[in-house]
Order: sequence, then structure tokens, then C-alpha cells
Amino acid sequence: MLDTSGTPLQTLPNAPGVGYKPQHFAAIMENPTPVEWLEIHAENYMGDGGRPIAQLRHLAERFPISVHGVGLSIGGADPLDTDHLKRLKHLCDWLNPASFSEHLAWSTHEGFYLNDLIALPYTEETVTRVADHVAQVQDVLGRKMLLENPSSYLAFAESTYSETDFLAEVVARTGCGLLLDINNVFISATNQKTGAIDYIDTFPLDHVGEFHLGGHDQDTDDAGAPLLIDSHGREVANPVWALFDYTLSKTGARPSLIEWDANVPEWPALAAEAARAATILEKAPA
Amino acid sequence: MSRQSDFAQAILNPDLPVPEGLRNPEGAPAGKRFSVYRNNVAVSLSEALEVTFPVIRKLVGDEFFKAMAGVFLRQHQPDSPVLVFYGAEMPAFLEGFQPVTHLGYLPDVARIELALCRSYHAADTPPLDPTALQTIAPDDLLKTHLHLAPSVHLIRSKWPAGSIFHANSSGGALPTEMHPEDILITRPEFDPRVTILPPGAGAFIDALFNNTPLGDALKQATITSGNFDLTETLGLLLTAGAITRISEGTK
Repeated sequence: MLDTSGTPLQTLPNAPGVGYKPQHFAAIMENPTPVEWLEIHAENYMGDGGRPIAQLRHLAERFPISVHGVGLSIGGADPLDTDHLKRLKHLCDWLNPASFSEHLAWSTHEGFYLNDLIALPYTEETVTRVADHVAQVQDVLGRKMLLENPSSYLAFAESTYSETDFLAEVVARTGCGLLLDINNVFISATNQKTGAIDYIDTFPLDHVGEFHLGGHDQDTDDAGAPLLIDSHGREVANPVWALFDYTLSKTGARPSLIEWDANVPEWPALAAEAARAATILEKAPA
Repeated sequence: MSRQSDFAQAILNPDLPVPEGLRNPEGAPAGKRFSVYRNNVAVSLSEALEVTFPVIRKLVGDEFFKAMAGVFLRQHQPDSPVLVFYGAEMPAFLEGFQPVTHLGYLPDVARIELALCRSYHAADTPPLDPTALQTIAPDDLLKTHLHLAPSVHLIRSKWPAGSIFHANSSGGALPTEMHPEDILITRPEFDPRVTILPPGAGAFIDALFNNTPLGDALKQATITSGNFDLTETLGLLLTAGAITRISEGTK
């Protein structure tokens, strides 16, 4: 297990953050209110230089930064891509972010990257593999990571763990923290016809270092049942805000991120979502 | 085959059946639910290609580009999660993609777009102070090597690929005849720029890329074109911050 006792790390504030988009750079530098921190997708900052890196250096002087990886394929059956792990280490070493997080999902198979966060069955075999990968990431980066719950569209016949038990087991084996995506909880509960409140009630909330809030699209499956898609392309839905409120009543305020990655709006619309998160965070128990 | 191999194959090939053991909440086969992954993968990779190749997209049309991207991404999946560099195989793909082989200039336009992308993300290098060249005696100057920034790329096209690029990105005039062009990508500060080179400059810069001393590079440029203008080309390179260093000897 990673020993982080000797390294005091900068942490994210228990306040709203947003997923950073380059088109918002000027607006953020002028007046970020109520946003207090920013999250970047690690893979967009793996070039050698140019404007992306220059902007990031600039932002990091003013805001705590969360590095969120989308391509490490922690749930992959193959060994982790060591080249990619090196790129992540390089980024974390020079940026020294306040947080690093990745997903309970896979995206790379036999060297090819599919650019989606694909679900995995929850079994003894996969819990060992995921825990090994998380431990490897923490060893290479020399920091604790947060692992994010996925959105799911289907279930695996061979699963023997619930998702919350699976995540708790990975935490127990690796000492990692968790990133709880409230929108993903709502999507999965709707798609799987399970209870979102039950999920929150069984989630290892003590280990949550960050919340995600994003928008989803609505579709239907072959039988006409609701099928929610994790699109990050619109405002956070009302039931997701309600679930966030419920979760905060149990955890108190934690760093909470608005994700808006498709059909990205002008800054005021994104800041308004962050303001809505701020209102809920302010009334959460201390 | 393993679970993830089945999964990956079925995501990329919609003609394959949905892998077994994937269920909806009633325990029935997942059906359309699996298509979410198929759609996410195809759409997101296609969008990544649209970001890198906006001029190719404009040249072939939106609908055609989407269909072509669907073919491309099934032949060439990204070999890394750093998607900004996805699409390196596009020029070769376009050379062999039957519906567009009559548009011979397309592969070179794609090379320009790839070079722009690489240039945008290239390392930052302080440009050479132009006065550095003036302090060297003319005879010594011919023995020196000029080192180009990592953001600099040269494309030597049989086609007017640079003019076609400009006409479809910044609204320049379309070329009236299909002449060859040498095209230089430079990045003064942060924004890459596409320059169509004057006669001989392509051969000259090609020689610099091959670590040829300035005097020999000049000779190669002059053989290529009697109109080669060294001062003009050096001025172009220096103004664009394309030269990072000047050195003597072989290095």
C-alpha cells in the first residue's frame, strides 16, 4: 500500500470546480466566481509545449488543479500501458496537481485505444486486477489516486460483487480514494432499475475525495425502457441535483465538479451550474 | 477469445452479435444497450478526426467525411490515449481509398493538417536572435548549421496543396493550375502558420533538416531553382522563429 504519510499534498477545496475548456480561459482569468478549482483531462496536456501547456502553467499559478485521466484503462485485461503511465507521471511531476483521478473502466485492448469508458464484470479476478493496477499507478505517481464509479448501460451475468462492494474492496487493498460521480449513480440506477439512494447508502463515503456532476441524454432500449447516456452535453438534471443534496447531507461539503464536455456552453452557463453546486455545498453539514 | 477481445471486436464491428452474458435489468440480452458503446467509440473517434482534419472534411463534404472516418477508424484504431495525435495514417489511407484517389492532392493536404497539429503541441524553443547571423564572417557562415525548431515542418507536394489548404481555410484563391508547391509550417509563439515557399526554398530547408551545412544547402537550393533568394528565405525563417540555434562543425 502506498505510504503518503511523509508527503503533505495540496488538496482540492470543498467548493465547486469545473472541467476546464480552453475557450473559457479569458473568462476564468477575469472572474472565475464561484469556481475555486479546475479539472483537466490528462490526455489533452501530453504534448511537449505550445498553448495548451502554457495555459495550464498559467492556470496552475492561480487555481488548484485536478488531473483526471481518461485513457489509462485501469479495468483492462492487459497490463497497464507503461508509456502512458510515464506520460502521466511527467505531467503530475511538473504540475504537482492537488488530485489525480481515473476510472473504474477499460478503454485499451491489445494496444488499441477505443476512447470510451467500457464496463467490466465485478469478480474475484477483476477486483484483483483493478487493485493491482491502482497500486501500480500510485507507486509510479508517488501519490494517492481517486477511482471513479462508472456509468453503466448493461449488467454482466458473471458479476459476483456489487459495484459498491467492489470499490470498497479496491480501497481496502490499495488505500486509494474514490471519486463519486453522482450523475453516473443516477444513470446506472435508472438503466439497471436499482435504487440510487441505496447505492449512495452502501457507498464507502468516507473515502470520497471528489464529486462529479454532469448532464446526461435520454434514450430507450429495445423494450422501450429508459436508457440514460452519459453525454456531459447539457445541464445537470434535477434528480441528480437532488441526489447530490442527499449525498452531501451524509458527507458534508467536498470538492464538487461540473463536467460539460460536449456542446460546451459559454462561460456564464457553466458558471451558473457551478453556482447551483455552491448553493447546495453551502448548506451541507460541516 | 477473452471477454474483452469479444467486447472490443463487437464494438468495432456492428455486424458481429452482441457478446453473450450481457444483460438488461430483466436478465434478457443487452441488445441496444451494447450499441451505446458502439456509438460512443465510432462517434468520438470520428470527432477526433474532424478536429485534426477540418480542411479535408470541407473538401470532401461533411457526410462523406463521416462515412470515410467510419472506414478509417475501423482500419486504424488509436495506438495511444493521446488522441490529439490520432490520424497519422490518414495521408496513406487517402492515397489508397478508392472513392477519393482521383483527388491526388488530398493526401498532401492531410499532411499539412497533421503537421499543424504536431506543430501546435511541439516543444517551446526560444528563437535565434537574428543578429547572431551578422556576427559570423561570410566564409564561416557557409560552414555553419542552422537548427530548426521542433514546431517546423516541411511538405514538398507535387500539387498546389498549400494553395488548396488556404483557399479552404482562410478563403484564399483556388489555384488555376496543378503546379507543385513546397509548404512550410512554422509556429511563431503559439499559432502555427502555413507558408507556401518561394522557388528553391523547399530544397534549402529540406537540406537544413538533413543537417547539411549552410553552404551546401545553398548549393542544393540554387541547383533546384535559379531564382533562389537566400536572404528572403533566411528572413522568412528568422521572422517565424523557425531557427533555434546556429552551430559550427558537423553538429
